[in-house]
Amino acid sequence: MSIAEILDHPDYGPSPESDKEARQWLARHDAGFALFIDGGWRKPESGKWFETIEPGTGGFLARVAEAGEADVDAAVKAARKAFPSWSRLPGHGRARYLYAIARLIQRHSRLFAVLESLDNGKTIRETRDIDVALVARHFYHHAGWAELFAGEFPGRVPVGVCGQIIPWNFPLLMLAWKIAPAIALGNTVVLKPAEYTSLTALLFAEICEMAGLPKGVVNIVTGDGATGELIVRHRDIDKIAFTGSTDVGRKIREATAGSGKALTLELGGKSPFIVFDDADLDSAVEGVVDAIWFNQGQVCCAGSRLLVQESIEARFIDKLRIRLNTLRTGHPLDKSMDIGAIVAPVQLERIRMLVAKGVEEGAHIFQPKTALPERGLYYPPTLLTNVQAASTCARVEIFGPVLVAMSFRTPDEAVALANNTEYGLAASVWSESINLALDIAPKLRCGVVWINATNLFDASSGFGGYKESGYGREGGREGLLAYSRPAWMKAARPIVEKPMVKAEIGFELTGGGIDRTAKLYIGGKQARPDSGYSRPVAGPNGKLVGEIGEGNRKDIRNAVEAARKAGGWAAASEHNRAQILYYIAENLDIRASEFADRLRMLRGVKKAKTRLEVDAAVERLFAFAAFADKFDGAVHRPPLRGLALAMNEPVGVVGIVCPEEPGLLAFVSLAAAAIAMGNTVVVIPSERQALIATDFYQVLETSDLPAGVLNIVTGERKTLGIELARHDAVDAIWYFGEAATAAAIEKASTGNLKQVWTETIGRDWHDPAASGGRDLLHRATQVKNIWIPCGE
Amino acid sequence: MSSTPAAREPAPIRRLPTALPVAPENPGIPFDPEPVERVRVNLAAVERRAATLPGRRTVKKQWQAAWLVKALQCIDLTTLSGDDTDGRVERLCAKARNPLGDELQAALGLADRRITVGAVCVYHRFVATAKRALEGTGIPVAAVSTGFPAGLSPLATRIAEIEASVAAGADEIDIVITREHALRGDWTALYDEIRSFKAACGPAHMKTILGTGDLKTLRNVGRASWVAMMAGADFIKTSTGKEGVNATIPVALTMTRAIRAYRETTGHFVGFKPAGGISTAKDVLNFQFVMKEELGNAWLEPGLFRIGASSLLADIERQLAHFTTGRYASFDHHALG
Repeated sequence: MSIAEILDHPDYGPSPESDKEARQWLARHDAGFALFIDGGWRKPESGKWFETIEPGTGGFLARVAEAGEADVDAAVKAARKAFPSWSRLPGHGRARYLYAIARLIQRHSRLFAVLESLDNGKTIRETRDIDVALVARHFYHHAGWAELFAGEFPGRVPVGVCGQIIPWNFPLLMLAWKIAPAIALGNTVVLKPAEYTSLTALLFAEICEMAGLPKGVVNIVTGDGATGELIVRHRDIDKIAFTGSTDVGRKIREATAGSGKALTLELGGKSPFIVFDDADLDSAVEGVVDAIWFNQGQVCCAGSRLLVQESIEARFIDKLRIRLNTLRTGHPLDKSMDIGAIVAPVQLERIRMLVAKGVEEGAHIFQPKTALPERGLYYPPTLLTNVQAASTCARVEIFGPVLVAMSFRTPDEAVALANNTEYGLAASVWSESINLALDIAPKLRCGVVWINATNLFDASSGFGGYKESGYGREGGREGLLAYSRPAWMKAARPIVEKPMVKAEIGFELTGGGIDRTAKLYIGGKQARPDSGYSRPVAGPNGKLVGEIGEGNRKDIRNAVEAARKAGGWAAASEHNRAQILYYIAENLDIRASEFADRLRMLRGVKKAKTRLEVDAAVERLFAFAAFADKFDGAVHRPPLRGLALAMNEPVGVVGIVCPEEPGLLAFVSLAAAAIAMGNTVVVIPSERQALIATDFYQVLETSDLPAGVLNIVTGERKTLGIELARHDAVDAIWYFGEAATAAAIEKASTGNLKQVWTETIGRDWHDPAASGGRDLLHRATQVKNIWIPCGE
Repeated sequence: MSSTPAAREPAPIRRLPTALPVAPENPGIPFDPEPVERVRVNLAAVERRAATLPGRRTVKKQWQAAWLVKALQCIDLTTLSGDDTDGRVERLCAKARNPLGDELQAALGLADRRITVGAVCVYHRFVATAKRALEGTGIPVAAVSTGFPAGLSPLATRIAEIEASVAAGADEIDIVITREHALRGDWTALYDEIRSFKAACGPAHMKTILGTGDLKTLRNVGRASWVAMMAGADFIKTSTGKEGVNATIPVALTMTRAIRAYRETTGHFVGFKPAGGISTAKDVLNFQFVMKEELGNAWLEPGLFRIGASSLLADIERQLAHFTTGRYASFDHHALG
């Protein structure tokens, strides 16, 4: 094209980024990429290799090893061997390695960027300006945490060997999110990149070699889902961290059930993008571009559901259509492209299928008229209007450059629509009113809220989901919890529950007094069990000391319903919640002697000893009352003018299966921690000592606790625990007891991927450091990061 | 490249068929407070767009050359110094009519095109000089007016100043607004003032300088843009070049978006002129990307896009010379403007 012609029709023309260096690097490995295990490169024992393609052209890119069982074993063995010395290395020593990795990534940034573009199909603009930049930042930031961890997190130690499985949409960035915090704290890792996008992970392995990272600290095994499964099921891995689809996350939850592995999941989303009528609409349009036409929409937190206020809907949709026409889709290495290639044919097919389904269900489709390249895997940016909340395309994660648009009338309706999804990863709120934006953000059930912005990420601020978008955070102080655990756990013994003593029949229940009926406590009322049966409770000598209601599925249903209804508790002020906990403590203290007597009867120990437990319970109530307004989150400092608020929010409805011992103190500790943070709870007390829990509701009744905040269902812990775990309106399940039941509960939890905390080792409930503070509070909360850029 | 000595004598006029694009006129509309009040500009979001745009768009090889030629055609070649003289203005005009030199123009394959800058911009004192020097070229002469740069002389004086420049032959008048009106939110006063300037301009095109560096906030910039357009500005222009902050990409985004909204509302075209601080080819390309992305190709043409600059032309010449020869030229290889 001549200059004269371009003068008459000014367009951008091609602006290719050179791929020479990347091709040379690939050529050096044309025999195939081996596995990075124990600091060296090994051909797969499996003898198997697979091919990876270049989505931009559809052509062959490289041959990569497929790790089999022996390979994964070798990698885990290497990580295990490296763990003691790596975790014992002083923080400063580890910081030096992470710092070196950060520097090396910066020095080779363009090679990483081009390689990522070739392998994944995302544009060089994004890999260069976003992915690789964030990767370097992540290692810098966590070099800092390596330095500070011991001092900042007293009492916490690394978890051990971490199995990490990452997706193909941000191959190198997700690697950084996984590896940086893990090794910073002293863990060692076996990481499997996605089979479509292994290459930058392998280049990263070379960086580890250059940095002189001790062998075995980082192991990279390539392969597909089968390799991933080998990691997930491996017996010598202490923790699994997974980012990917909710379906696979569910399978991993099931596969790890009962294994004792710690688990964090970062899963799918259908994130709302909410535009109010007082927003800067032109900027909001650019926000949409960054939300759903970023990385071809293959972003777990993509703002894929546009919710726009009815009064501006037509104008905003018009603006969007106009903007769509100026988006450029084409070869990822062209520096002037907004949208690159879809990662794999199967993904492209899925996008086509879901859009066709949307249209079939009545959606109006708008796509710009721009031509797509003839070769390669491309899909045009797409806008679907006339979509209802019930439409498939409004509910299913499409994972492509497809936006569905809906409208709302009022802020309340916006929140209701935004939350009407099984997911809860992110949300974007656009309004020029600080009142409105800061009112809406806490009401959105998701882990990240961007105000007048979207898809902002930084190592300083946690990222992760609510609901079926998973659990655990990556980034920020909160992200370190996922790669550390309390130090006391190392020495703790597994819980062994003594077989239940069969109660002798014929003992006089009243003991001379008036007969008492222990009921369930649901919705602030004493309730008879639905079954109409009672269960005998034996004292330590086998004598019948009372009867408790035999709770069943319907009682659990009623209790969960009551707990749901009491959701307003989360909005009660922290001061108010604290007051009520203090009041409970006050009322328990008044009756301390009576409770000590009851415990003595149930446990057969001296009253002086049971009195200690009652006093500890009173103290625990004070502690969590005190924490109610002090466990208050953080202000993160990502690099922007503004701030990110890390709010500790309640998880929601928490099901608590108490340990058998100590009947009162464990019950009070767990319930108090949960309700102090604004959760509502359904508690299954100790079977042996359930009567102490049923005595306790009388304390609750005199303490102004709103109905439904604390519900008690007595009966068999295992059966009731599984019912709670299976209930999809329960947001978290806590279980303390034997491993077998823990496994069943973990398996049962996959329906809504509720947060699971099972502890099968004995903790010291009397130790305030272990059981009266942050460890419990972290479980009782989830961190929401609200990004608030500002400036006028 | 051969060096051309700075000439007092006008270069021979090339009369070629390509006509300069004629700027559409904006008749304005009656004052309406509603769109002014509706202006919302989120600084952080606009800055983000501004920061990422240069990473999203680039032009290489002949595309870059063509875009730079286009930028050159949009330059309001400006001299606004206290020490301006007839000689200085004449030299500028010579550069304006043949900015690339024949040889470079031929090397770019544009020998049969008439390539000139968009206009020559001077103080009133030199309007007649410039008119004479540019006679027959069709290159418009713009005069800064209305008490430039502060705009605080008596209204009657400012109006008289416009009338004098128009009488002296100015084709375009760059007026400055009373920033006080904008800063105090007195939009009707601002509207009336600009309206009276517009009337004084008669057939001359009016460019309205908002003094965005003085207005400080993008919201003020957006509102002032609306008022200026309603009052009949044919162009809205960022700065006098004398404020602390001149043309920036966030300001350009705010003003171009206002232009788009005004056109959607009224159907009238309004041009955009960033001025001050744009001195490199790289700078100007970013402004061009804003024009194309936010408004479309029509706003890449001098009829709707001008760049107020004095040293930019030299850098464009150097880039174009590099494109044709593969070497960076000595500064003395290009004629002074």
